[in-house]
Amino acid sequence: MTAPPTCLHFQATKSLHTAQGTRQFDVTFDLPQGRLLALYGPSGAGKTTLLRILAGLTDTSSGNIVMEGDTWLDHSRRFILPTRRRPIGFVFQDFALFPHLTVRQQLEYALPKDADRSIIPDLLTLMELETLQHHRPTLLSGGQQQRIAIARAIARRPRLLLLDEPLSPLDAAMRSKLQDYIAKAHRHFHLTTVLVSHYLPEIHALADEVIILDEGKITSRSIPSDLFPATGPIDNLRLNGEITAITQAYGACILHVLAAGTTINVVASPDSASAWRIGQKVTVAYRDFNPVILHSH
Amino acid sequence: MIDWLPLWLSFRLALVTTTILLVLSIPLSYWLAYTRHRWKVIIEAGVSLPMVLPPSVLGFYLLLAFSPAGSFGRLLDQYLDIRLVFTFRGLVVASLIYSLPFMVNPLLAGFKNLPPHLLEASRTLGKSDWTTLRRILLPNIRPSLITGAILAFAHTIGEFGVVMMIGGSIPGRTRVASVAIYDEVQSLNYPMANRYAAVLLLFSFTILLIVYSINHRFSQSKSVL
Repeated sequence: MTAPPTCLHFQATKSLHTAQGTRQFDVTFDLPQGRLLALYGPSGAGKTTLLRILAGLTDTSSGNIVMEGDTWLDHSRRFILPTRRRPIGFVFQDFALFPHLTVRQQLEYALPKDADRSIIPDLLTLMELETLQHHRPTLLSGGQQQRIAIARAIARRPRLLLLDEPLSPLDAAMRSKLQDYIAKAHRHFHLTTVLVSHYLPEIHALADEVIILDEGKITSRSIPSDLFPATGPIDNLRLNGEITAITQAYGACILHVLAAGTTINVVASPDSASAWRIGQKVTVAYRDFNPVILHSH
Repeated sequence: MIDWLPLWLSFRLALVTTTILLVLSIPLSYWLAYTRHRWKVIIEAGVSLPMVLPPSVLGFYLLLAFSPAGSFGRLLDQYLDIRLVFTFRGLVVASLIYSLPFMVNPLLAGFKNLPPHLLEASRTLGKSDWTTLRRILLPNIRPSLITGAILAFAHTIGEFGVVMMIGGSIPGRTRVASVAIYDEVQSLNYPMANRYAAVLLLFSFTILLIVYSINHRFSQSKSVL
């Protein structure tokens, strides 16, 4: 089996000014075509900065971005491809819909001048927006606005889709439904996608790979199940086990629990670390794909 | 009988000034809202200067600048055959400077109050800054455009000191309503002065009424959103 060709090469450095002080953002990675990469990490880690650098919305102090053979950023040659020339779709955390345009007009605006307009009815159908197409976005619900934002980002057929915590303003029920829309859009349009997310079930459900950022650096890169193991959406599964190790990672406390012949990594809040000790017997259950400690014995 | 000529002249001056100001102020306030240029503060202060400067000071300097005895005025007069002292054209140029902050400041506030992601979202959709300004930003600052236009118009109608300094009181050319009032009072013709004053008072109040009702309606429709 040959590895899929590299689609995106990203390398950038810049000073990050966070609430915790100044950090150096220094990230390098390659991404194969058609993958959905999730960025995870505490706030101020540089996730949104990474997306904005990809979109050309934030400057860097050095960097090199090549997408499908086209150079988007080459700091050594002082070359920065302007945002409007990058074939991207960007979904902002607050959706950034245009208040004066109807749903359909938002999609029409997103199309290049001589583009094929037949994608609009397709998108309206795919995102179940037909009945809303003549409404303005401001009176619509968060979930509906979210679908419009995704549809608008995809309308111009981007090669790279960038999603900045697109589901965080929504409630849990709406989130899981909208994950399906994102997955559908990603597959349907053969996109390469980078998704910023705080929400582990979302990463499990959508991502092929996950990069964990902390203080502007990549601390790990893996497939989601390796980082946050899950067995499936079985809420009534109970596993009895024993804590074998307690480690700190990406701003959280990780409890390594030996149960059912395997080690399960349970994420706990850092301030609860002192409540656990190695050798303690616990029961682990899964809630929304996430292992949680149900109770200790 | 009231002589409508000064009132008509005031109206014409305000209309011409406002139209030109709209065209000039949109790119200027857009630039001020989004630039990080180090001269920005100087330009901002310069634009707002006529708001705090006594009109007679502004008028005095404009008189010096426009006068054919000065180098700038002579240049205009000799090479371009443009004379700005004691002419309607001169009043227009002076009014443009005098009323500039009343147009630029509402537009600037309008641009600054827009969510920054609107501009960025439009760029990520492949749109140029010109398309973004025309199709996204301007439609969303419409209340600021209306407010700016109305304030600039009303402010030009009410100008006196600057007009006096560079226009004088030539009937049909530079004798605008505010100057006419002054002239009537000087010649102790109070009833006539009263008529001009009443028309201006009514006019100014109506203008402000329109501005506030637009703003009120907009803030109401915003709170519904």
